[in-house]
Amino acid sequence: MTPLLQISGASKHFGGVFAVEDVTLAVQIGEIHCLIGPNGAGKSTLFKLVVGTYAPSAGRIIFRGTDITHAKPFARVAQGMSIKLQAPSVFKALPVRQNLHIALQDHVTRTAIRAEEDRLLEVLGLTADADRPAGLLSHGQQQWLEIGMALALRPILLLLDEPTAGLSPEETFRTGELIKRLSTEGTTMLVVEHDMAFVRQIATGVTVLHLGKIFARGSIDEIISDPRVAEIYLGTPHAA
Amino acid sequence: MLHRLNGPQTLGNGRIFWVCALFVLLAALIFPVFADPYDVGNFAYFLIWVSMALGLCLMWGYGGMLSFGQTFFFGIGGYAYGVLSVDLGNAHGLALGNFAMAVTLAGGVAVCLGYLMIYGRIGGVFFGIVTLSVTLALAFFLGQTAGPEWAIGRARLNGFNGMQGMAPLSLPWFTGDIDLEETPLYYFVLVLLIGTYLALRILVNARFGNVLVALREDPQRTELLGYDVRRFQLGAFVIGSMLAAVSGVLYTAWGQFITPSSIGLPAAAMPIVWVAFAGRSDLTAVLVGTFVLLAIFQTLTIYSEQAALILMGLILILTVMFAPRGFFVSLTRITGLHPRRARALRTRSTEAG
Repeated sequence: MTPLLQISGASKHFGGVFAVEDVTLAVQIGEIHCLIGPNGAGKSTLFKLVVGTYAPSAGRIIFRGTDITHAKPFARVAQGMSIKLQAPSVFKALPVRQNLHIALQDHVTRTAIRAEEDRLLEVLGLTADADRPAGLLSHGQQQWLEIGMALALRPILLLLDEPTAGLSPEETFRTGELIKRLSTEGTTMLVVEHDMAFVRQIATGVTVLHLGKIFARGSIDEIISDPRVAEIYLGTPHAA
Repeated sequence: MLHRLNGPQTLGNGRIFWVCALFVLLAALIFPVFADPYDVGNFAYFLIWVSMALGLCLMWGYGGMLSFGQTFFFGIGGYAYGVLSVDLGNAHGLALGNFAMAVTLAGGVAVCLGYLMIYGRIGGVFFGIVTLSVTLALAFFLGQTAGPEWAIGRARLNGFNGMQGMAPLSLPWFTGDIDLEETPLYYFVLVLLIGTYLALRILVNARFGNVLVALREDPQRTELLGYDVRRFQLGAFVIGSMLAAVSGVLYTAWGQFITPSSIGLPAAAMPIVWVAFAGRSDLTAVLVGTFVLLAIFQTLTIYSEQAALILMGLILILTVMFAPRGFFVSLTRITGLHPRRARALRTRSTEAG
């Protein structure tokens, strides 16, 4: 089966430093693919190559059969990607509803947009905050609002960079359940994460990056039971 | 489309606002009946500048691009109109054609300059520096065009003395052209300004305006929602610059002269003061605030131009220190007339009840 997203031999170097080196990765339709690895593994750099924030030094990125290696981020979004960045990135001075409106306006008809805003506010638990500036929301609420904005684009591939950063355990669990529900509705996801409990909750496939290279890949159970993965995370041989 | 006149990007969306606006409009329409022609001419002069301020409001207040180039485009519009009207004449509707050509020329220059800056990723303070540089370059260039060799057709540029002798705007009519001077010019400028204001309200409350305020807040997030932010920035820059050119044409037609001093540094700073004082985030605030400030400035100028300039500087300092959102916008917040503030008060009273 042709993968939805195919990264072939992607590298990115900054001067003499290789942040990502010769990474080949395929994300299949319907998958929740998690990219994990210790700090400095190159996860965020690889994510930015897929998003289009960085241009790769070498390699190709194919999305839905089209070469998007040199496409601008907005063009990638137009093809069906949607992106949630690591730090909450919402329009802080604008009301919560307007944040969703800006995300929705090209994807929903004018007559249906209000109802869709209400539906998303309900899903995100932000109905009571609809008219408040987004900057006044808690960190967790801003994370959720940004996920809501990403969902508003009706994406085929949702890219999430550490979606649970700064969330409480309960919020993290709810985020995981939301992601699983979206997956059953047909959205494919590539998630950068280092919270292993969260990865275990959602992942159908896992790729481990280490020092900019693919270190291991497989199902979550295979990755967890791999002693080499524990070693790079903990710095000591796996005791079990 | 008219429903876009109201929306989240504009203050004054209720019935009371529009009734008040209607009364102000009626007052403006009957004003020439009671006022003497000198005052009517002065009011036309104030209204002429508002177009330029609205353009800056769109770029800076909504799009986050602080341009010092409003008088650059004002000058291009004014000088182009002057050259065209001297060389081609203004009879039989040509005046309006010259008007349109001058504004289109300024729009073309705005496309080129805006493309180089925006697609060259020049932003923030550097946007202001580049626009100020081209403004000063134009002012200095025009200042040294005193010799007879500096002419386009029959139109002499005349250096610091400026261009003179162009005919006023005129409208073609069955019984002959109607020259737009004093009261007719006042009505022409008023109609043009109302049209501009309403069109801008529709624009900022539509898709374009939503994207513009979004990219002001966070360009990267906006791009990641699928918008080509540079196209929107360029669009706002071109529209805002063309509005400055409209002011330039009207100013030239009003006084039948234009000089480099209307482009140079003190003049270039004026739109920034008007818009900052009024409240750059709202079109109505800028419309009213600019008019009020110009009236104060003009009144003071009669006694001392230096004192008027010092007052403008003082107003800018006070605005930055005490009302960074602008005095008119801050006033609506204090009085609870600001829609977001009003919503918050309503929510609080509901919770208390």
